[in-house]
Amino acid sequence: MTSDANLDLLDNDPVFHLKGGMLAMTVVELVRQAPERFAMQLAEKVEQAPNFFQDTPVLISLEKLDDRLDIAGLIALLRICRDHGLLPVALRGPEDFRPLAQQASLVLLPPGRGREKVLEAPEPEAQAVAQQPAAAQKPGAAAQPAQGTPTRVITQPVRSGQQVYAPGGDLIVLAPVSAGSELLADGHIHVYGPLRGRALAGVRGDTQARIFCQSLEAELVSVAGQYKVAEDLRRQQWKEAVQISLDGDSLKIAAL
Amino acid sequence: MAKILVITSGKGGVGKTTTSAAIGTGLALRGYKTVIVDFDVGLRNLDLIMGCERRVVYDFVNLINGDSNLNQTLIKDKRSDNLYILPASQTRDKDALTLEGVQGVLDQLKETFDFIVCDSPAGIEKGAHLAMYFADEAIVVTNPEVSSVRDSDRMLGLLSSKSRRSEQGDRIKEHLLLTRYSPERVENGEMLSVSDVEDILSIPLLGVIPESQAVLKASNQGIPVIMDDKSDAGQAYSDAVERLLGKEVPHRFLEAQKKGLLKRLFGG
Ligand SMILES: Nc1ncnc2c1ncn2[C@@H]1O[C@H](COP(=O)(O)OP(=O)(O)OP(=O)(O)O)[C@@H](O)[C@H]1O
Ligand SMILES: [Mg+2]
Repeated sequence: MTSDANLDLLDNDPVFHLKGGMLAMTVVELVRQAPERFAMQLAEKVEQAPNFFQDTPVLISLEKLDDRLDIAGLIALLRICRDHGLLPVALRGPEDFRPLAQQASLVLLPPGRGREKVLEAPEPEAQAVAQQPAAAQKPGAAAQPAQGTPTRVITQPVRSGQQVYAPGGDLIVLAPVSAGSELLADGHIHVYGPLRGRALAGVRGDTQARIFCQSLEAELVSVAGQYKVAEDLRRQQWKEAVQISLDGDSLKIAAL
Repeated sequence: MAKILVITSGKGGVGKTTTSAAIGTGLALRGYKTVIVDFDVGLRNLDLIMGCERRVVYDFVNLINGDSNLNQTLIKDKRSDNLYILPASQTRDKDALTLEGVQGVLDQLKETFDFIVCDSPAGIEKGAHLAMYFADEAIVVTNPEVSSVRDSDRMLGLLSSKSRRSEQGDRIKEHLLLTRYSPERVENGEMLSVSDVEDILSIPLLGVIPESQAVLKASNQGIPVIMDDKSDAGQAYSDAVERLLGKEVPHRFLEAQKKGLLKRLFGG
């Protein structure tokens, strides 16, 4: 074996893999150019859910912005975002924003296709009790601020067309999850019933997140962006109780 | 207390109007003062199935706009003194109905009627939303096929999130009505079974209406099929009305009529 051959071998040894992944990302959709009000309103939101905004990658959408944004305006905007823990990674808007994006070293993405939903600000404490009848809420309970990561508990079926997100924590569903619905959580997802829709755990990149369900019949499952669709899922443990976790960079499905 | 009942589905042509006519008539025949309201503006259908299309003068939109009053607009059914129909407008478009307008009319109807049966248009848009928004109970009409079940599921999501009751932290009581059910086609694997549909939608089953010639015959004659008490569909609708009123009645017409091959061989 010549040294050349050896080199060849080393050269062919892959140092990277190209992979497709899916990540849910928070979109900051700008509707008005008003830096001071932007800073104030963002500060309010951050105060409500500090965990949610810590080192969160965001996409800044300029599609709804009426007036022009210049580079100074954009830099001011980016600074406000970063001051509050957000990490702008891309702009989204029509092609004429490209020079601006390049000056700010951001990626320019084409306009969105309208699959996004408005994120309800994760209200402290209210999340966990929101599903209970009003009478069951203890007076005063809502006065304490949330501690640690909030868990969102859903007791009603999640129906086709509905989307439920647990920002900054786990999502627990105590009812069936229909085909055509979508569950999202920054942490784990538990479904105590059949999981027939989509479930995306660790949507902000938590590779330790898991999905637990009583009957795996999902259209898609994803942990930290690695996903499998029904066609692949059907081959093993279909309709069984399983947990799904990330093993290296593929999804591992194990019986519960 | 007046009860507002919406007959809804998401998908079109599954049997909402047939069901509205049958259930409304069934309630009236059992002594409850009932009005059936046609929310399908522009497609007026209910009056044909009820056989009162030749007596329509004013309609729902006239009533909302104040062109007519309740007495002038409601059509009394020929068969039951307890039954009235509020026809939809054929000439107006669906934007003629407003949330306030609908609320005003329903509030008036509540003063005289025990049951207000709302026949929803297809879809999940404005018309269907108006029909279900004020409901106390919903009958979700579903055919045993995947797309109909999926649309019903979607409608159930809207009932639990976009209705007045849901906004007040309350719930609409949900009933599943499986219509156009053909046990033979279920056995051949061409259709979903009752338990398949129950499993997906997970709401209580109000009834199973078999696919039946009697339905077409009845609607051609302008007589609600529930009046045809010899027919399987008529009997199945009567059972459903009993269940709606709280009685426990066993489900019928779930099995295929002819014996299957195995049964014939083993005499099962
Ligand atoms: N049990 C049944 N057996 C046979 N045919 C039926 C049955 N139920 C309904 N049909 C037929 O299906 C067709 C649609 O029924 P119907 O008009 O009640 O549906 P709908 O849901 O009100 O439709 P739309 O969405 O257009 O308002 C009609 O031709 C009717 O005769
Ligand atoms: Mg109809």
